Amino acid sequence: MDKNEHLKLYQEMVIIRRLEESAAELYQQGKIGGFLHLYIGQEAVCTGISSVRQPKDRIITAYRDHGWAISAGIEPKIVMAELLGKADGCSKGKGGSMHMADTELNFWGGHAIVGAHIPIAAGLALGDVYQGNEDAITICMFGDGATNIGFFHEGLNLSKVWNLPVLWVCENNQYGMGTAVKRASAVSDIRQKAEGYGMPNDQIDGMDLMNVREKVSKVMDQIRKEGGPYLLEIMTYRYRGHSMGDPERYREKDEVKKWEDEDPIGVFRKYLIDEKIATDAELDEQDQEAEAIVEEAVNFAESSPNPAPDTLFDNIYVEPTPIEYRGYEMAQESEEN
Amino acid sequence: MARMTMREAISRALWEEMERDETVFIQGEEVGVWGGTYAVTKGFLDHFGEKRVRDTPIAEAAIIGSAIGAAMTGLRPVAELMTINFAFVAMDHIVNEAAKLHYMFGGQFKLPLVIRTTSGGGRQLAATHSQTPDAIFAHFPGLKVVSPGTPADAKGLLKSAIRSDDPVLFIENATLYQTRGEVPEGEDVLEELGKSKVQREGDDVTIIAYSKMVQAALEAADMLAEDGIEAEVVDLRSLRPLDMGPVIKSFKRTNRAVVAEEGWRSYGVGSEVAARIYELAFDYVDAPVKRVAQAEVPLPYNADLEQMALPQTEDIYHAAKEVVYG
Repeated sequence: MDKNEHLKLYQEMVIIRRLEESAAELYQQGKIGGFLHLYIGQEAVCTGISSVRQPKDRIITAYRDHGWAISAGIEPKIVMAELLGKADGCSKGKGGSMHMADTELNFWGGHAIVGAHIPIAAGLALGDVYQGNEDAITICMFGDGATNIGFFHEGLNLSKVWNLPVLWVCENNQYGMGTAVKRASAVSDIRQKAEGYGMPNDQIDGMDLMNVREKVSKVMDQIRKEGGPYLLEIMTYRYRGHSMGDPERYREKDEVKKWEDEDPIGVFRKYLIDEKIATDAELDEQDQEAEAIVEEAVNFAESSPNPAPDTLFDNIYVEPTPIEYRGYEMAQESEEN
Repeated sequence: MARMTMREAISRALWEEMERDETVFIQGEEVGVWGGTYAVTKGFLDHFGEKRVRDTPIAEAAIIGSAIGAAMTGLRPVAELMTINFAFVAMDHIVNEAAKLHYMFGGQFKLPLVIRTTSGGGRQLAATHSQTPDAIFAHFPGLKVVSPGTPADAKGLLKSAIRSDDPVLFIENATLYQTRGEVPEGEDVLEELGKSKVQREGDDVTIIAYSKMVQAALEAADMLAEDGIEAEVVDLRSLRPLDMGPVIKSFKRTNRAVVAEEGWRSYGVGSEVAARIYELAFDYVDAPVKRVAQAEVPLPYNADLEQMALPQTEDIYHAAKEVVYG
C-alpha cells in the first residue's frame, strides 16, 4: 500500500465516525426517525475488510450498516440522504438506517431481522457458484447476538454441505443489544460454533485496521484456493448504545473507556506516524477533509427532496400489478374493471 | 389438449421451464433422489443433474433464505416446501424478506422466486399437518399468492410464476394431485397471474372458490342444476392480487353469492371476497353473502371427525339454496 492508500483508509474511517456523530445529532433533532444503530468503535472492521475485497466479492450485513455502506463505496451524501428518508437516498427513502444497499457496488444490504440475512448470504454465494463466477466470495457480517438464532445455524450448515464460498464474519462487539455474550451464548468464543459444522475458523483483533487487512486477506486467499466457507470472529466494541434509545445499564463506563483507548482511528493514526507514513499535520488535514465531506453530505441530504407521494406505490412488484387498496376510494376504481 | 392429472400438469410445467431456461432450478426436501414426496419431480435428478435439482437439509429457513439470495443474483429458483405447515418455520423469509426486499431497497433487488407448497386437510395427518392457512400469506403486499383448481390452470399458472420477476407462493392441494383434466399443449401456453376465471356459467347464483373448493363448487353446481338452479362458478386462482372483476360482473347478474374455501372462516378468503362484494356492488345485493369454510377446530386425526370439520360439496349446495331462497 502506498501513502495515498493509507491516507484514504484513514480518511474513510474518520468519515464514517463523523457521519455517524452527525447522524446522532440529527436523530436528536428529530430529522432521522426510527432506529439508529451506530457503528462507532467498529470502523476498522468494515474499512479493513472492504479494502481487501475484490469488486466481484459480495458484501451483505445486518442493520448496523452505515459504515459498511460507505466502505462498499456508497457516497456519504447518499447514505445521509437515506438516513433522512430522502428521494436521493440509496433506497429512495424506503429503507432508512437499517436498509442501505447498492447492487452496482455488490453491496447487498443492510438487513434488519437478526440473522435472517445469513441464509440469504448462502444463496448469494450459490448464485455465484451456479453462474460460474469464479473465485467470487460472499462476505456476510453479523453480530455475536445473531449466532444464537436458528437462521445462523441453518445458514452455516447449508454453506458447508454445499461448500459455498462464504466468509462468515462475526463482528463480536460483546453485546447482543444489552445482553453480554456470556449471558446469551453457551460458548463465549463464537468461533467455536464453526467447529460443529467442520468449518475452518479463527478469532482476530478488530481494533487494528492493519491486522484486519492482513488476516482477512489470508482467509480470502484460502477460500479462493480451497473453496468452501470460513468463519472469522472479529473482536470489536461499539462505544455507543445498541441504538439511540439505549439506557446502557448493562456496562460500566470504565469498560467503554478501556476500549476507547484502543480506538481504531487512534491506533491507525499512531501506526501511520510511528511508521513515518504520515505526519500529524497531514492527518489533521485528512480530518478536516473528512469533516467537510460530512458537512456537505448533511447539506445535500437536508436539501434533497422528499420522495414524491406517488412513489408510495412504486416497487411493490417488478411487474405491473394492480394495487389492491390505495385507501377507501379503491371501491370506485375497481368497479371500472 | 391432453388429459392428465394435476401432478402430471405441475411436473410438466416444471420440466418445460427447466428445459427452456438454464437459470431455473429446484431445491427442497427430497426433490432429488426421492423424486419429490408427492412424486412431482420424479426423474428430474437424472435428467437435469445435481446442480439444478438440489436436495436440501430439513431446514426451511435455509431453503427459502438461500433461494431468495440466489434469486437476487438473477437465478430463478423454485423452492419447495413439503407442506405449507412448514412455511411457518420459514415465515420470516417469506413475509419479511421475499415480500419486502424489492420495495424496501427502492427497487434494487429483484426476486424471481417461486415457492411451491401443498395445502389442505383430509388425509388424516392431524392438526399440525392439515392446515389451509393460505389467507395469511395473501395478507402481505409484495408477495403473489396463486392456487390453481384445475390441471390446465396448474400448468399455465406455474409456468407464469416461474417466468415472473416477482416472488410467488404457489399453493397446490395434496388431495387434488390425482384430479384429471384437459390441459392445452405447447410450452408457451400460459395463464396470466392475478386473474380470476369463470369455470362454469350460470345466472342464478355466483359461487366463488379456489383450489380444491373449485372442484366441490362444480359438483355443487351440478346438484343445483338438478333443482333448476344455474350456478356460475368463479375460480379466484390468485389470492393476491385478487381479481374481483369476474366476481362482480357475475354478481351484478345473479345478485347472490356463496364463497367457498377450505380454510377457517374467520379473517379468511370468504371474509375478504364478501367485504369486497359489499364495497363494490352493494346495490345489487339480494341476499347476504354466505361463507362456506372449515369448522374452527384444529383438524383431528379420526377420519370421520376430520371430514365433519372440512367443508363439503353439500355445504356449498345448501348455502347456495339458502341465498336463492330455493
